Order: sequence, then structure tokens, then C-alpha cells
Amino acid sequence: MITAERKNFDEIRRMTDAHRHVLVVGCNTCVAVSLSGGEKEAEQLAAQLRIARRRDGIEGSVKTVTVLRQCENEYLDSISAQVGQADVVLSTACGIGPQGLAVRYPGKRVAPAMNTNMIGYVKEHHVWTEYCVSCGFCVIGFTGGVCPVARCAKTLLNGPCGGSQNGRCEISPDVPCAWQEIYDRLAALGDLDTLARILGPKKWNVSNSGGPRTMKKEGFKP
Amino acid sequence: MSGGVNLKQILDAGGFAVTGELGPPRNADPQVIIDKANILKGHVDAVNITDNQTAIVRMASAAAAKICLDQGLEPVMQMTCRDRNRLAMQADILGAAALGISNLLCLTGDHQSFGNHPEAVGVFDLDSVTLIRMARDMRDGPVFQNGDEIAGATPQLFIGAAANPYADPFPYRALRLAKKVEAGVDFVQTQIIFNVDKFKEFMHQCRELGVTEGCRILAGVAPLKSAGMAKYMKNRVAGMDVPDAVVERMAAAEDAQDEGIQVCVDVINEVKEIEGVAGVHIMAVEWEAAVPEIVRRAHLK
Repeated sequence: MITAERKNFDEIRRMTDAHRHVLVVGCNTCVAVSLSGGEKEAEQLAAQLRIARRRDGIEGSVKTVTVLRQCENEYLDSISAQVGQADVVLSTACGIGPQGLAVRYPGKRVAPAMNTNMIGYVKEHHVWTEYCVSCGFCVIGFTGGVCPVARCAKTLLNGPCGGSQNGRCEISPDVPCAWQEIYDRLAALGDLDTLARILGPKKWNVSNSGGPRTMKKEGFKP
Repeated sequence: MSGGVNLKQILDAGGFAVTGELGPPRNADPQVIIDKANILKGHVDAVNITDNQTAIVRMASAAAAKICLDQGLEPVMQMTCRDRNRLAMQADILGAAALGISNLLCLTGDHQSFGNHPEAVGVFDLDSVTLIRMARDMRDGPVFQNGDEIAGATPQLFIGAAANPYADPFPYRALRLAKKVEAGVDFVQTQIIFNVDKFKEFMHQCRELGVTEGCRILAGVAPLKSAGMAKYMKNRVAGMDVPDAVVERMAAAEDAQDEGIQVCVDVINEVKEIEGVAGVHIMAVEWEAAVPEIVRRAHLK
């Protein structure tokens, strides 16, 4: 699940106050599940903006519309009338949302209401934790099903650094040491031999370091 | 010509090596290094030059190592994976070798969140194990990490690494060091030892795994300056193990600095009797003046 958190309200205002008509566009998939940018949250943000703008004497309107997914054109197409009336479109989706809107509506100003933070696992209700950084070359088959790229603060591939203590990462007692988890899982499975193998150097060119990535499913029409 | 003559020769000959540590300044003043080098010279066989230690910006390790070398003190250039990708690392290795610096200590590096630029990206393109292997391949291949041949002068590296017997998971520590040996490490310096019993157990595991056959292990030691420092290291520094007895000994001392030096000397005297210990690495950062006294009291020179 992609998770995102709403930006500071003042920051959102700095991006939108100069514009008369604001359209807040919610996204009802990932960010709705993480209770940050779905229909309800988009409407809450719009209401907050209306109150603040009215108080400060900013004329115009703040409207909302929510689509199922802002990462697909067919949903973005469905809101062309609302977008057409807006001076700025404020997306509560992940970072794809405002960019998708910018592509679909070239003449329109877009702004992000969110900071996208991770591809998260729902560890418990309302708690997400980063388990994947979409690095393009999965190694968890060698690391006991625990990703050291996402879950080790130093993305180490060959065991825990000297800062691992009592199962915690050196950066914070709140952060579990991924390599302790890897060790514990492999030990329980009787697979510790796996750790003797030297992994890496990692191919970062298949991650975002290689530039923006494109995936095309062969055999299907675009 | 290798700049790692002294340390390599001593360890290759089965001698007992003594290394120290020198932190470059947080400015551009070479005199700081010259002064520290002159305190340590004659008392240690080589000195580690730290690389943005604790993620705080300091003079480049290679530059400080060259200044140190010019003072007649052999440097061990530290290199962390935190601040450089493989291109920059290989460039620095070649540059340092061209300046006569060949002792290279390969480290992962403290996380950038500890330092004075916590908003910086942590590079970690390689980790310490793959850095060791890259350095070994640059020397023995001789090839760059991508497999391309290094045509012409190759870096005559003497490759070091760190090991922390006190970090977790403890049963994996010696295995991880074995990985570093497989990757090509020549010598190892350990985390500061206060808990000698646990270090003995670690060394036992190392001998069982053949690690002591594959590389020379220098036991890390350090003088405590005060009981407060002992407590801080015990409670606040990740991967440190300071037994209560050491904290109490420091607290009870009339002259804490003298006692700190004596604790260090006592640890040296114990660890040098352990099979497989090939030397000591004395970490007296910002207290270089303690090193000659430690070396004298421990009869290391």
C-alpha cells in the first residue's frame, strides 16, 4: 500500500492562496486506506481551506471531487468539467496524482496536498511500516523474507553493522534491526548457511538511480 | 611503492602491531594533524585517519593521511560507505595510493542521522564487505568493480576492516567477520574492548572459523577520561559493552584520567595473551597524549 501524509496546512495555503478557484481532488484507493487522502479527507481539507480563506478575505471557491485512482487516465478523464472550472487543482493522492493531473490537463496548475512516504505494510491497525522501496531487484529470497534494502537504515546486504543492539537499530530504539530479524528468521528455519553468501554490490541502475523506469506488458495493446 | 610498509611488514612477520587513531580537524588547518602526528609518532606503527567520523564533516581522510605520512607516521585511511558511491571510492583509493597511502580501512560508517548533516542522503552503494572485495580486486585483479582491467600502476593496498564483538546478534559476529576474510581483508581492528570475557568468546569463535588464519586481528582499546564517559559509553553508544565493574572502578578513582589509562593497559595485558590477537588498536581520539603513556605502561615498545 502506498502511504502518504497530508502536508502542513500553511504549506498547502502558500500553494493555493493566490488562486481564486481551488479544486481538491481526492483519491479513493491507497491514500483512502491509509486515511489520509480519500474522499473524506479531501472534503475535510476543502472545508478547512474554505474557512481559512473566508476569514482572510480570499474570494472564490474550494470544491472537491474524488476519483477511484488518480494514477489512471480513465478516472482523471471523468472529472474534466470540475478541473476546467478550477484555477489550481490540489491533489490528495500520492505523488502520482498531481503529476497525472498535470499530464492529463496541460494548461492547469497542480499542487500536492500530500507528502508520499512509502510502500507500507499494515503492521497493525493504523500503523504502516516501510517494507519495500521498489529497488528493482528483490533480494529477500536470500534474507529470510525480510528486505534489508527497505528495512536496514544502511541498506546493508551482508549482515548487521556494529550498531545493532538488543534487536534495535542504531538510529533509534524505536526501529527494529532488520538484520536481527533476518538472523532470527533464518535461524528458526535452520537456514543460517544462507548468510555465508556475499551479496552485492547491488545493481542500483534498475532502481530509481537508473533514471525513471517504465514497465510495458508485452502482448497487450497500449 | 606501498605506503603500508610498516604495518603490513609487522603483521606479515607475525609481530605485535600497535595502531592509533587521529581525527582530522573540522577546518582546513594542516597543523592540527601535524601536532597530533608528532604526539603519536614513535609510539604506534600506524595511525587510523577517520573519515567524517560520527557523520560530522571533517577534513578528507586522504588529505589528512598524506599530511600524516609527510610527518613520517604511517596512515591507515578509513573509508566509509556512507558518503561515497563506488565511483568516488575507487577514485579516492587510486588517489590515495598515488600519494603513497595504501592502508585502507573499509567501514560501513555511522548513520548520517548521528552527525551534523542529518538531512543528507546516506549513499551506502556498497557495504563494508563489498567495499573490501572491491579493494581486493583493485589490487589483485587488478580490476575495477565493473571488471575492467586497471592498466598501469595498481594500488598496493593493505586492506583492513572493523569488527564489533559486542553488537548483536552475537553468534553472527564471527561469521560476519569470516565473510570479510572471504572478501579479502588483511587485518581487522575491533570495537573498544572493556568486556574481555566476551571478547575471548568472540576470539574462540574466530579461531573455530579459521578467521585468525585468514587475517590479523588487532584488539581495540581506549582510555576512559572519567566515570561520566564510562557511563555514557555504557548507556548511550550503540554497540558498546562497558561492564559495571569498569564504571565503578572509574567512579572510585582519585585521578580518573590515570585510572582510565590503567584500565586500558590492563585490558591490553589481558588481550595480548589471547590466541589470535596480533596487536592493539588504541582509540584515544582527542586525547592523543594518553597514547605514549599507555604504550609505555603496557610495554608495547
